[in-house]
Amino acid sequence: MYDLRTAAPWKYFFRRWKGVFIGGIIIFLVIIFSYIKNSAVTEAVLASAVRQSTPLILGALCGLLGERAAVINIGIEGQMLLAAFVGFLFNVWTGNLFLAVLAGVGMGALLGLLLAFMSVTLKIDQIIGGTVINIIAIGLTGYFYKVGMTTKGKLQPIPLGPLAKIPIIGTVLFNNPPITYAAIVLVFLVHYILFHTRWGLRTRAVGEHPRAADTLGINVYFMRYMNVIAGGAIAGLGGVFLTLEAVGSFERVMTNGRGFVALAVMIFGKWTPLGSWGAALLFGLTSAIQTQLQFGGKVNIPHQFIGMLPYLLTIVVLAGLGGRARPPAADGIPYEKE
Amino acid sequence: MTSEQSSKSSSRNGSNHLLKRVWYSTSVPVFAVLLALLIGAIILLVSGADPLQAYAALIKGSFGNTEALSRTLQKTTPLIFSGLAVAFAFKAGLFNIGAQGQLLFGAIVAAVLGFGIHGLPAVLHASLALLGGAFAGALFGAIPGALKTYTGAHEVITTIMLNYIAINITDYLADGPWKDMTPGNIVARTPKILDTARIPSVAGLPLGFLIALIFSVVTWWLLRKTTIGFEIRTVGLNPNAAKYAGIKVAKTIILTMVLSGLLAGIGGAIETQGVVGRYQPGFNTGLGFDGITIALLGKTNPIGVIPAALIVGAMKAGSSQMQFSAGVAKEITDVIQALILFFVAADMIVRWLLRIRAAEEEKVTLSTGWGQQ
Repeated sequence: MYDLRTAAPWKYFFRRWKGVFIGGIIIFLVIIFSYIKNSAVTEAVLASAVRQSTPLILGALCGLLGERAAVINIGIEGQMLLAAFVGFLFNVWTGNLFLAVLAGVGMGALLGLLLAFMSVTLKIDQIIGGTVINIIAIGLTGYFYKVGMTTKGKLQPIPLGPLAKIPIIGTVLFNNPPITYAAIVLVFLVHYILFHTRWGLRTRAVGEHPRAADTLGINVYFMRYMNVIAGGAIAGLGGVFLTLEAVGSFERVMTNGRGFVALAVMIFGKWTPLGSWGAALLFGLTSAIQTQLQFGGKVNIPHQFIGMLPYLLTIVVLAGLGGRARPPAADGIPYEKE
Repeated sequence: MTSEQSSKSSSRNGSNHLLKRVWYSTSVPVFAVLLALLIGAIILLVSGADPLQAYAALIKGSFGNTEALSRTLQKTTPLIFSGLAVAFAFKAGLFNIGAQGQLLFGAIVAAVLGFGIHGLPAVLHASLALLGGAFAGALFGAIPGALKTYTGAHEVITTIMLNYIAINITDYLADGPWKDMTPGNIVARTPKILDTARIPSVAGLPLGFLIALIFSVVTWWLLRKTTIGFEIRTVGLNPNAAKYAGIKVAKTIILTMVLSGLLAGIGGAIETQGVVGRYQPGFNTGLGFDGITIALLGKTNPIGVIPAALIVGAMKAGSSQMQFSAGVAKEITDVIQALILFFVAADMIVRWLLRIRAAEEEKVTLSTGWGQQ
C-alpha cells in the first residue's frame, strides 16, 4: 500500500469516501428506477427524507463542533428536547414563530454553556455531563408541560420561485420550510468555518493537540466554550424544528432518540459536515421509507418492527465503522493547564 | 458550620478512622441530595406551589405509615437492581445506559414463564421465572458487550439504540403473540401471572427487597473478593495495563456486560413478579435511567446503591401523595433526580461549598472516544 497522503488529492478523497460513493450511486439508481415506476410516491418519500434528515444533521453538526474541540456531547438529545419545548412555549405565549425559534435556539445555546461549564471548567466526565443534561431536559419538560396547550401555527414551506418547478429536485430541495433550508446552509457554513478559516484551524488544533495549541497562544478553554455553545444553538434549532416545523405541537420525550442517532450520523460522516449530511440523508431516507411502509398499508409487518429500522441502522453503522473512523485525538479529555 | 466542625474533629481524632472514612464517602452524596431538594424547592416556588407542603406530602407518602413504607420498599427493589447494573458496568469503565432495555426483557420473560407454565410448586415456579428474567437480561446485555469488543462500537450509543429496539420488541410481544386474550381487554399487556410465580410480601416486607439486599452484598463480594472482580476493576482503571498483566480484556468486557444485564433483568423480573403481576408496556419506563443516578449517588459501590435507591424509591412512592394533596406534578421528582445527578457528578462544587478534601478513591473514566480502545 502506498501512502494515500502523497497520492493525488482526488485519489485520496476517493479512497477515503469510497463506500459513500458506491452507496450513493446504488441509492441514486434505485431512486431513478422507483421514480419511473411511481413518480408521486418517490417524490413524496424523497421530500420526506430531506425533512426527516433535518434534525439529524443539525444534531450531528452540534456534535461535531463540540468534538472537533474535544468535547463529547452526549446531551444533544436533551438540548433538542428542551429547546423544542421552549420554542413551543414561546409560540403558545406570543404566537410569534420567529421569536419562538429564537427562544429555542437560545435555550440550546444555554444548555451548551452548561455542558461546557461541566466538561471544560469542572472537568466532569463528559459522558456523565451529557447524561445530566438529558435527564434534566426530561424532568423539566415533563414538569412544565400541561396537556391542552395549543400552538398558533407552524412554519410553512417556502417554494424558491422557478427552482421549485424542476421535477423531483424542485419538490425535494426547493420547496421546504425555513429550518430545513437553514440546516442545508449550516452544513456548508460549518464546513467553511472548520476548514477554511482561522477559527476552524484553531478549533481543530484544540481538539487534536490542546497542549501545542496552548503553547501557540490559543485559548483552549475559550475555543471549547465557544464551539460547544455554538453547537448547542444548532441543536436548539434542531429541537424547534420538531415543534415548530414538523409537528406543530409538543409531546413528552418527542425527540425519540434523534439526538443519539445524530451522534451515529456524525461518526458515519467521519466528523465532517458534508459527510454527516450524506449520512443524515441516508438516515432520513430510512425513516421516510419506514413511514411510507407504515402508512402505505401494502406490507403486512407489525409496525413495531418497521419502527425499529432507524435504531438498527444506527447500530449497524457504528459496528461497521466504529473501529475504523478516527475521532479527534483529544476527544473527551479535559485539558489541564500547566 | 456544623459540617466543617465535624470534619475537623474527625480529622483531629486519629483513632476515629472508620468514621472519617464514612464521612468522606457520604458527605458529598448527602449534600448533593440536600442541594437538589433546595433547588427543587425554588422551582416549586417559582411555579407557584408551596415547597414545604409538597415535601411534607412526599415524606408522608413514602414513610408516613407501614403501607407507605411497604410501597417505598417495593419501588426501591427494581431500582437497587438497575443501580447495581449500572454501577457494576462502571467498574469496568463501561456506561450501561441499556439497563432499561435489559430490564424490559427480564420483565417480559418472567411474565411469560409466570403465566405460561402450570402445575409447578410456588417456590420453584417463582425461582424459574426469576432465572428466566435474569437470563433474558444477560443475553440482551451481551449484545453491546460483543459489539464493543469485536467492532469497537461505543456502548453508550448501542445500548441506547437497543433500548428503543427492546421497547419495540416487547410492545410487539405484549400486543401480539403474548397478549392477554381475556374478553373485554383491548390493552397491550400479557395475562396475569399465576400465584405460584409471584414474589409475595411477608407482613408488609416485600421479599423482593430482601433478594435485592442479598444481590447487593453478592455483587460487592464478587467485585472485591474474587479474581473476576479484580480483573473487572483493573480493566476499568486501565485497559492497557490490564492487557499487559495478562487479563483478557475482551472477555472481561463481555462478561461485565452480561452480568450487568443479568442484574437489570432480575430487576425487571422482580417488578413483574412482585409488583405489577404481568407485563404491561409503559409500566417500567425510566427505571434504567434512574439506575444511572442511583449508581453515581451510591458512588458506584454496590452497598452504597442501597441507600441511593431508597432515596429515589421514596420519591417515587411519595410522588402520588404529593400530586394528590399538594397539587404538584409528579415530574418534579425527575427534576430533583437530575439535580442530584448533577451535584454528585460535579462533586467539586459540593466540596468547594463544604471545604471537604477529596478522598482518594477509584475514579471512573468513560469519555474515551468512540473508536476501539
